[in-house]
Amino acid sequence: MIPSRPLLGRVADSIYWMARYIERAENVARFVGVNLHLTLDLGSSEENQWQPIVDVTGDARVFRERFAEATQETVVEFLALDAADPNSMFSCILAARENARSVRETISSEMWEQVNALYLLVKEARGRLTPDALPGYFHDVRMACDQFQGVTDSTMSHNEAWRFIGLGRSLERADKTTRLVDVKYFILLPALSDVGTPYDEIQWAAVLKSVSGFEMYRKRHGRISPSRVVDFLLFDNEFPRAVRYASGQADGCLHAITGTPAGAFSCASEQRLGMLKSELDFGRVDVILAEGLHEFLDGLQVKLNKIDEGVAGDFFGRRPAVQGTAV
Amino acid sequence: MRFSPYDTGGFYDEMFDDAGAPRPQAQLLIDTIEGLSDGQLLRYQRAADRLLLQMGITFNVYGDSAGTEKIFPFDLIPRIVPAHEWERIERGLRQRIHALNEFIEDIYHDQKILRDNVIPREMILSAASYRPQCHGLNPPRRVWCHITGTDLVRDRDGEYYVLEDNLRVPSGVSYVIENREVMKRIFPKVFEGLPVRPVDDYPSRLLETLESIAHRQAASPRVVLLTPGIYNSAYFEHSFLAQQMGVQLVEGRDLTVIAGDGVYMRTTKGPERVDVIYRRIDDDFLDPQAFRADSLLGVPGLMAAYREGRVSLANAPGNGVADDKAVYAYVPDMIRYYEGADPILPNVPTFLCWRDADRQHVLANLERLVVKSANEAGGYGMLVGPHSTQEQREDFAARIAANPRNYVAQPTLGLSRAPAIVEDHPEGRHIDLRPYVLYGRDIYVLPGGLTRVALRRGSLVVNSSQGGGSKDTWVLAEPARAEAEALR
Repeated sequence: MIPSRPLLGRVADSIYWMARYIERAENVARFVGVNLHLTLDLGSSEENQWQPIVDVTGDARVFRERFAEATQETVVEFLALDAADPNSMFSCILAARENARSVRETISSEMWEQVNALYLLVKEARGRLTPDALPGYFHDVRMACDQFQGVTDSTMSHNEAWRFIGLGRSLERADKTTRLVDVKYFILLPALSDVGTPYDEIQWAAVLKSVSGFEMYRKRHGRISPSRVVDFLLFDNEFPRAVRYASGQADGCLHAITGTPAGAFSCASEQRLGMLKSELDFGRVDVILAEGLHEFLDGLQVKLNKIDEGVAGDFFGRRPAVQGTAV
Repeated sequence: MRFSPYDTGGFYDEMFDDAGAPRPQAQLLIDTIEGLSDGQLLRYQRAADRLLLQMGITFNVYGDSAGTEKIFPFDLIPRIVPAHEWERIERGLRQRIHALNEFIEDIYHDQKILRDNVIPREMILSAASYRPQCHGLNPPRRVWCHITGTDLVRDRDGEYYVLEDNLRVPSGVSYVIENREVMKRIFPKVFEGLPVRPVDDYPSRLLETLESIAHRQAASPRVVLLTPGIYNSAYFEHSFLAQQMGVQLVEGRDLTVIAGDGVYMRTTKGPERVDVIYRRIDDDFLDPQAFRADSLLGVPGLMAAYREGRVSLANAPGNGVADDKAVYAYVPDMIRYYEGADPILPNVPTFLCWRDADRQHVLANLERLVVKSANEAGGYGMLVGPHSTQEQREDFAARIAANPRNYVAQPTLGLSRAPAIVEDHPEGRHIDLRPYVLYGRDIYVLPGGLTRVALRRGSLVVNSSQGGGSKDTWVLAEPARAEAEALR
């Protein structure tokens, strides 16, 4: 048998970041898109529906430096369209494309064309988006990101480079879901008087829709309850954006890359990810809620960051040249 | 879309003769285009532009800090080269590349051609692209110019002339292949009835050429393509060729030389040996230890490994000595010297400013000549006399006086033209032709090439950096060959 083609560390690095940026962009598109719907349902509620969206991204401080108030206009500008902010959807798509460009010979032409189509979609829309066009726009971006995942899985060999895509995507997913739960749980929980009201249902449904999880949650748990939503988003072992499932996927990718048998480890990233996976496999939502959800989620984020650092050290040798470049 | 009224403007036109009648090879194409419904060709043209953008076939504009990407404009009306014309071009190129390769081998070994006073020694030793570091090097198969992109032009008489040899790191072949792809996707009907020779096996031929120069012939040799990176204007081509050949695209920082052992690339599983490097980086930047010490793109120690026969490089360092625009003037003499035959493809008559008589002639006739710096490319460092201002001519006169070795001049050619779509109708535009030649086990000439077209009215400069575009280039097969190729 001809041995598989070795993968350059730099290429693995870029391809991993390409996947993370696509996932990050898709998450922003989904969060913002869902919130546009939510504000229609809630009407002129006094609650600010937009501040939590900023909090989820972890960039609240940067936001405050630039904007006085979180409104639809400022949040859409900041999270989606801004070219100056490296974590905006626009910047993520640009960075994904730059990384894809640098590994164009490793990915398939179809993948390149798809990431390029995504780029053209956001580039050509800039400055032309009216508020009416926003829901359709975020839907298109999401679909284009999903198409990229489909094109990736059906046109690229499921080789080592493809596993780095899966690794990047899964780690990004796990991280974003922990942030969503962290922010939303504490906003929604104090309104105990609303429990069981339509208002509460709408809010929790929006959380689930923010990870495309509403329908899947229904099939699994039926009625909406805060602890079951947390259970679903953290510990479900079938839902793609559940932290446990995504971590398991990442773990599988990493073992396929190293060739180490499941349950064992050969490098720092593998060891850290294995520990995280066990914690999620054997965790219980009632215990977590009793002991402190925020602390638990914070811990998960720190661990995910350590895993990312481990991956870079174990495989890439150095950080990529292109990371979140602005226009 | 109608061609008439079409004005050949007193130039040799690729599609119409002086009387305005279609050339025989173009008749079918003209019929097809004229048979389209109103506006259809323009719709195709727009679809082609859109497709190029979607495929991300773009280049970076140098000196533009915003990192602007542009598509290389593509004109939908193909350029046709009939079989008998191509046959002569191909023979002429084989002869020329063979002679140039002999010349480079000679210059870095015995220098017989200098000892026999065919070319002045001083002319060679003063060439900016002459590399004394390359003396005594023995590249595998004695091949120095593995990939060449010779620029050909036709004058008013319709004769093909060699304008430049481009031996160092010629680019553009990816556009040859992608232009054909776009043409097939957008306007398939236009191929009907014409035996157009395929160009898409170029990457296989290139890989074969590169593998043929590996030192380790027993095992399957590891070939990589070395690029300066994504900000290089030819990056699309680098990634395209690497992808099509299925080889790794590497940057200098991905490679490391282990002294006394070989060249390795850094992979996720440790270092991996590299046998052949198709480098798309100029000599100057290849190895900071051997050439420019400030190069960040290169690989320290690469030249030492190359010299010791631990890695093969294509093209071979040092081959630019034959690419100097003053040395170019001596290529016909090289052909006579090494091949014992007259050149099949003529040079453009060239005045060398370091010769007193030539220089006086050049300085007295600047407004009629094209003056070129001996060591620049891409349409830079050039004066097109008839289109120049008094100030520009004075500037060049001073530059020539200061450094006569570095300047050559040629008569302003009336480059041939071909119809291009301008707004909504065809107009004649000047063109050139860059065929690609591979030299490994033997010499292979790709049947086709890059036709560049000066889209600005009256412009003679076809470079992409100066408002040029390109056309699909159709080399027609002889009827017998057409049948054989259809059966493949």
